[in-house]
This record gives sequence, structure tokens and C-alpha cells, in this order.
Amino acid sequence: MGVAALNGRVFGERVALAAMGAWTAATAAELESIVEEATRRYEHARFVDIDLARLERLDTFGAWLIERLERGFTDRGLNARIIGLSDADRGLIEEVRLVNRTSPSERVAENRFLVALDQVGRAVAEMGRSLVLLAQLLGALTRAVLATIAHPARLRVTSTVHHLERVGWRALPIILLSTFMIGAILAQQGIFRFRDFGADVFVVDMVAILVLREVGVLIVCVMVAGRSGSAYTAELGSMKMREEIDALRTMGLDPIEVLVLPRIVALVVAVPLLTFLGSMAALYGAGLVCWLYGGISPDIFLARLRAAIWLPTFAVGLIKAPFMALVIGLVACVEGFEVEGSAASLGLKTTASVVKSIFLVIALDGLFAIFFASVGM
Amino acid sequence: MAGRQTVISVRDLVVGFGEAPVLDRVTLDVFRGEILGFVGGSGAGKSVLMRTIIGLLPKRNGTIEVFGSDLAALGERERRSIERRWGVLFQQGALFSSLTALQNVQFPMREYLDLSPRLLEEIAIAKLEMVGLSADVRGKHPAELSGGMVKRVALARALALDPDIVFLDEPTSGLDPVGAAEFDELIRTLQHTLGLSVFMVTHDLDSLHAVCDRIAVLSEGRVIAAGPIETMLASEHPWLQSYFQGKRGRRVH
Repeated sequence: MGVAALNGRVFGERVALAAMGAWTAATAAELESIVEEATRRYEHARFVDIDLARLERLDTFGAWLIERLERGFTDRGLNARIIGLSDADRGLIEEVRLVNRTSPSERVAENRFLVALDQVGRAVAEMGRSLVLLAQLLGALTRAVLATIAHPARLRVTSTVHHLERVGWRALPIILLSTFMIGAILAQQGIFRFRDFGADVFVVDMVAILVLREVGVLIVCVMVAGRSGSAYTAELGSMKMREEIDALRTMGLDPIEVLVLPRIVALVVAVPLLTFLGSMAALYGAGLVCWLYGGISPDIFLARLRAAIWLPTFAVGLIKAPFMALVIGLVACVEGFEVEGSAASLGLKTTASVVKSIFLVIALDGLFAIFFASVGM
Repeated sequence: MAGRQTVISVRDLVVGFGEAPVLDRVTLDVFRGEILGFVGGSGAGKSVLMRTIIGLLPKRNGTIEVFGSDLAALGERERRSIERRWGVLFQQGALFSSLTALQNVQFPMREYLDLSPRLLEEIAIAKLEMVGLSADVRGKHPAELSGGMVKRVALARALALDPDIVFLDEPTSGLDPVGAAEFDELIRTLQHTLGLSVFMVTHDLDSLHAVCDRIAVLSEGRVIAAGPIETMLASEHPWLQSYFQGKRGRRVH
């Protein structure tokens, strides 16, 4: 295969250009600069002949570059023509003559400040929109709940139990393990610091209050959002992508009742249970560390525990759990329904689902802290 | 057909997943510059053969030669250089959903060729215009395109590197008859202008009549017949008779 080249000879006002070798994709990068140089060098000529008789190979890339060469001359008012065209290449040359007639749109230089401002504006509008969507889904869910209360037979028991197993039973091992470790770590850190004050035994108060009021429920919610919320979003999203949700609608079924209600009911039931079991695991871990590491015997641990907590301490954590479950479920379903056709959008929405639900769980926890403080719990 | 150059030559190919082989000693040639229509019942293994030739499925036995070199005997680099010389249109288009139509067409060029951004854009636009797509399609993502447009963009992407062979997996499935006829016409024109060899898996009898130079028929794991449409119509084989002479077949001629 010969090397691609463009030879030029000047005869007064006439320039004869001869394309040689292989004008193909492989040589296109090199040819582009050759073509540009030729366009510049011969701009003062009046007539240009582009001779293709000595071409060895031509593909779309080469044909386009020859077309660009010719256009480079004709756009400046020169008389350019192509000669020596073989029959095999004629179709290709004629084809590219028709393309790229609309010049590629010029990229407007963007003002960085305006771009940043634009992004902030869009993000704020997006936040507002997602709050509206959450409220909408909450409304639709409430309606579905009321309809189900009026006709209890409409609750999809099989589906609800299936989801309960997935988000509750199957999540149990990992949640017990994580909360056990958190309890143990809190106790170990507490003993380490409290020992300086000779107040080792109060570590039990700290761990018990911290775990039962805050840490137990938060850890469980973070785990559930990451584990089950993301799964909900991905499932609903891919169902939306494959028009399964539209199919449900056309059969006269309400996707909220069929898909969302069982999932959220499962979460609202599972999360308080997981919170209770998780908190117990955390206390167990704390007790074990207190005994083995801090020398606080189980009897003393239990006695301190009885003194440190009363029923409301325990209730505070459990009251929060179903609300947080509701938030996780709602966010997961809203994001799932927001998925559009592409795989990228599914990934994006699943990430958004986890991030938003964890953030909202923490924000809700803050609101609950204010509420419980003002009612004296 | 004697004396013509073969671009793909498959000899005694055996491919299987479980106990029974899907393809049992298949032998097939594709000649330079022809459009070969490849037909067979659903599940007969048409797509399996195509996917085996392009290397997506492993073979159990036999040889596949493309441009005269045995694919199994080639090293990584030689294989890549052969792969650059073919383009594949998948059944569902298989466009990258996170890229726009224009970026999809630019993708193979960006990977394999070292072109200036301007040339890259011009060539990609040229390819999109050659498959009959207007300017407003360029910036759209696959999710925003209709089925017919997805197929056209996918064809433009398959043609991005100016391949010698194009594999088409049911190019007209899911298109309306008018759209399918236009697509056939497009394949014919492009095959002519670009001098392509086309390997087309299809079910569409209209396509077989309109554009295919030769037809190969796969049944029970073997190629039972290969030749122009007239040979198929004249054949005594019961499967061929029911396929080409059935109710839907007769409609065409």
C-alpha cells in the first residue's frame, strides 16, 4: 500500500493536484494537514484540477478530505474540479458531495461564572422538584392506604411478605453484626476516656442512651437505605425502562398499590424490628467489651443499665424508626419512577436514592431531637 | 460464483452450549462485494453463527477464516486489526445509552484513529447523513430516538471505520414495512458505494428478495442450501418450500 500524498504543480493560473496512494482512515490524520496546507498554498490560483487517477484506495475518510479540498477552493471563488475519477470511486465521491452542507455549529465560549450560576440554579430547582414529587407520592400512598383499609382484601399479602423477607429477614445478619460492632466500639472508646476520671462504670449510661436513642436506629436506617432502598430504585427503574409500569397501568392497575405499597409497608414493619434487634445486639456488644476489656461484670452492667434508662429512652428510638422507613421507601420509589431510558440514568437515580434517603433520615433525626426535647422525653 | 474472492470462509464449524450442538459442522462462504442473506427458523442458530464468527462465542471445532487468515491462530494484535475491518449492527442497535448519536458514531474512530476534533466531527456527521439522518438527530441520546432511527445510527456506527464486512443481525426487525423497505434500499446503496460485503441475518422475505445476492439456509444445525433466490424457490426441500412458498412467501412475488 503506497503512502498517501498530494503532489501539486503550478502552470500559471492553473494548479494540478494529484492525489496518490491510499486515502483511507489509516492515513486520514496525516492527509488532513496535507489538505489544509494545499488549500493555503494554492489560494492564489484561479483553476484547480484535482486528479484522482493515481489513487490506490479510497474510503469515506479519503473521499471526504478530497471533497474538503475542493470546497476549500470553491469557497474562495476558485474554479476547482475533480478529474480522473474511476467508476468504483464515483459513487463515494458523489455521496460525500451531499454531506456536511450545514457547517458545524460554532461552539460559543461559555462564561464560567454564568455556568456556575446556571448549575446552582438548576440544582435548587431540582431540589424543589424532588420535594414536590415526594409530597405527590406520599399523597398517592395515603390514598392507596385508605383504599386498602376500606377493602383490606386489596392488600397484596404475598408481595408484602416477600418484600418483608427481603428487607427484614435477609438483612438481619449484616445488621446484627454491624450494630454489635458499633456497640463494642462505643464501649471501648468510652472506657478508655472515662477511666481517666475514674468513672468507668458510667460508660454503661453513655452507651445505653446513645444506642437506644440515636445510634441503633441511625445505623439500621443507613444500612437499609444502602441495601434495600437502592434495590427498590433499581427494580422500579428497570421496570420503568422496559415499560412494565405502563403495562400495569393499561391493565387498570395502580402501580402505587401494586408496587409501592407492599414495598413501603414491608420497610415500615421491618425497620422498627431491625432497630430493636440491632439495639439489643449493640448493647450485647457493649456489655461484652465492658466485661472483658473494662472489668465491669455483667451484673454491674445490668444494674447500671436499669438505672440509666427508662421506658421513654427505649421508645424514642423505636418511634423514629417507622418514619425513617417511610422516608427511605418514598425516596427510593420516587427515584425509581424518575429513571429514564438509559443505563446511565438508572445508575444516577440509584445513587441519588441512597444519598437523599440517608440525608433525609439524618435531617428527620434532627427534627425528632427538637421534638423530643420539647415534650421532655 | 467460481473465481470470486471469499472474505469469510467457515469450515465444519461446531458450536454448542449443552449436550447437543447448536451448529453441527456448518460450512459457509461469503464472497467479496455480495450481500448474503442468512435465514433459518427461530432458534436455529443464525445469531449463534454470527456471534461465533465475530468472536463473541467460543467454537468447539472447525475453522473460521476472515480475509484468508484463521482467526483462532491469530495473536491479539492481528485479531484487533481484523476486527477493525468489520462492523456489526446488533439486533437492538446496542447504542451506548450515555452517548449522543454523534458521539456513538465517533466512538470507534476516537478509539482507533488519531484524528483532529474537526475531522472527527465532519466524518461522523457525514456517516449520519449517509444513513439518511438529519441534523437534529446528532445531539440526541438513544432513549430519545425512534426504533428506525436507532437502527440507522447503529448502522452509521458499524460503518464508522469504513469496514470491508458488515454483519447485520435482523436489521429490519421492528421496523414498519415502509421503514424496512427504505432500510433495505439504504443497505443496497451503501453496499454499492462503499464496496461492502454484507452478512445479513434476517427473517424478512422482502429483504431477501430485494437486496440479497445469495441466500444461505440454516436448518437443524447445518446449512442446507446456499444460492440465489431462484434456487431457493425451485428447491424441493420441505423446509425451504414452506419458508419461501408459504402464505407469507407467496405474497412477495
